[in-house]
Amino acid sequence: MTTAAANDAPAIAAGDLVKRYGRREALRGVSFVAGAGEVVAVIGPNGAGKTTLLSILAGIQPPTSGTVSREPREVGWVPQSPAVYRKLSVAENLRLFARLEKVGDPEAVVTAMLEQTGLAERADDELGELSGGNRQRVNIAVGLLADPPVLLLDEPSSSLDPRQRERLWEFIGALAAGGTAVVFSTHNVGEAERYADRVLVLADGEALFTGSPGGLEALVGGDPRDFEAAFVRFLHERGH
Amino acid sequence: MRWLLLKDLQILRRSPFLVALLIAYPLVISVLIGLALSRGPDKPKVAIVNELAPGDSSFTVGSQRLDVAKYANELFKSVDPVYVDSREQAIGKVRDGEVLGALIVPADATKRLQDAINLAGTKPPTLEVLYNVDDPLRTQIAESTIKSRLADANKALAGTLTKLAGKYLQVLLKGGDFSLLGQKFDVLGLERSKAQLEDVLRTLPPGSKEAAQVKAVIDFSQLAIDNLGLSNNVLAAVGQPLQVKRTVVSGHKTPLDAFAVAVSVTVSLMFVAVLLASGMLALEQEEHAFGRLVRGLVSRLGLLGEKVGLAAVCAVPATLVMLCGIGIFVHLDWGRFALWLAALTGGALGFGALGVAIGALARDVRAASLLAFLLTLPIAFLAIVPAGSVAHTLYDVIRAVSALFPFRPALQAVNAALNSASPSLPLPLVHLGVLAAAYLALARVALARAR
Repeated sequence: MTTAAANDAPAIAAGDLVKRYGRREALRGVSFVAGAGEVVAVIGPNGAGKTTLLSILAGIQPPTSGTVSREPREVGWVPQSPAVYRKLSVAENLRLFARLEKVGDPEAVVTAMLEQTGLAERADDELGELSGGNRQRVNIAVGLLADPPVLLLDEPSSSLDPRQRERLWEFIGALAAGGTAVVFSTHNVGEAERYADRVLVLADGEALFTGSPGGLEALVGGDPRDFEAAFVRFLHERGH
Repeated sequence: MRWLLLKDLQILRRSPFLVALLIAYPLVISVLIGLALSRGPDKPKVAIVNELAPGDSSFTVGSQRLDVAKYANELFKSVDPVYVDSREQAIGKVRDGEVLGALIVPADATKRLQDAINLAGTKPPTLEVLYNVDDPLRTQIAESTIKSRLADANKALAGTLTKLAGKYLQVLLKGGDFSLLGQKFDVLGLERSKAQLEDVLRTLPPGSKEAAQVKAVIDFSQLAIDNLGLSNNVLAAVGQPLQVKRTVVSGHKTPLDAFAVAVSVTVSLMFVAVLLASGMLALEQEEHAFGRLVRGLVSRLGLLGEKVGLAAVCAVPATLVMLCGIGIFVHLDWGRFALWLAALTGGALGFGALGVAIGALARDVRAASLLAFLLTLPIAFLAIVPAGSVAHTLYDVIRAVSALFPFRPALQAVNAALNSASPSLPLPLVHLGVLAAAYLALARVALARAR
């Protein structure tokens, strides 16, 4: 999903991030950049540190050491589980977070976001009544309310069916085309290959590779049509 | 912050069951307490077997006839008497549980009473009490009810007899009319006897043997007059051997029902505030919204403050409604409304702070609710343990533990606001403020690693 809007100036940069939980090291000196309009996938096995990296970039938890170039409020955050209130309607959720984000005209932003996410007809429905896919759309919409230059998504497609996934990636593609840097984590390496401009491979808290999916395949050789096999072989060669 | 508060109120509005519970709970509690305070316990049923022959219920003390039936009424003042004809019937009713116990007045009760008063050397009458001992609580109630009624009857009878004895002693001292067996006598009395003897003494030659004898009788009369003059006080002391004078060393005495109102209001305030604050904070984590909120939208401390505020906004009106309900049954001083509001607000903030500490530690709504119940109930019970009911050291420990939780100061504040009880309102409010700050700090630490 290479976009014309991508340029050289990083939309977000992380330098030498370390995160320790007691004696366990979840991140070990991870550095990383994403340019405006670029889509970056963070992939790796379970426990690699994907969610830890994204939550530090989002400002939910501080790193033990290292730097992040953006303030938390400059970054849109979409957690894996919809972080919205089931007892409130779609519009009420959006309105609440628009007010908390202190956007200029909350009502106008809510209306625009309902249109953008295709949820205008469900505006008055309580979140608890919506499907998992629609709830995830509201979750993403909340992350976009403040029109952030960077959007972070933690496993955004994990609870969606194929059709909903397709609509999600169309939506994300449109955002990137508009200049938003998108960083997402996923277990589905096929999605990473299809929709990401670059992949960041994490294993045991260490950044093993940053580059295009094609670059990873070229690094390990083999069948160029099977990115997942190349990814597994890459991890195996690196001792993971 | 206000948007979060608005959101929480919207969520509450969408939870009709919870809101109904919040409104219904204090109303039901207030009605129950009001009924309990205004009606008092029902009179227990006690079977009565009167074996006295008809017309044999009175006896004579000096010139006066006393009717035993009059004093038997003392026995029935706080019981619902069920009159039966025989001892067997009474036993049957006690055994079947129809009555709490039975009281048997023996056929010779009047005669024995008469003999006892006449110092005939017979034992006073013995009333027989029957009760069932299958249920210890029921046994205790039966024993204490009948014992206290017998004590009242004894007291009434003793009082009458004492008065009569005093009256006769006065006749002996002062003289006057006295009736016996339908005949009236004019009794000279010691004082008049002495006066007459003094008149006689003056007519006798000084130093004569007769004068000395009369003088000796006059001296005896004087001694008797001096000592019998004190007889009324002595008899009163015998009739009621122990006098009780109540002296309040410090503090303001609160009637039991007024204190019960303060306790019930504080318990309701505690439940509404603690459950709401703990549940709504835990809900933020359960809905995964916590991470989104604290990444720059609202500080962790701000979020805690909002939940404490929410608890106060809901709990204070709910308990005020409860007070209005209680006010239908029990007199409340509405002139102190501002103090009520201050006490309830202080209590709600203290309980709310405890609630957010629980919510921060528990992290999901069910665990938070369970923890809130498990913690607050024993704390409330401990806080109302009266001094003297447990060992001194244990009481000190209980007081120290109670001081670490908001129930005791909240109860003191509500009691001071409702009943002018001591300590006065500012002290418990300061205590609540300190506890609220401590619990907020604890909650903030517990939330440090939450995402």
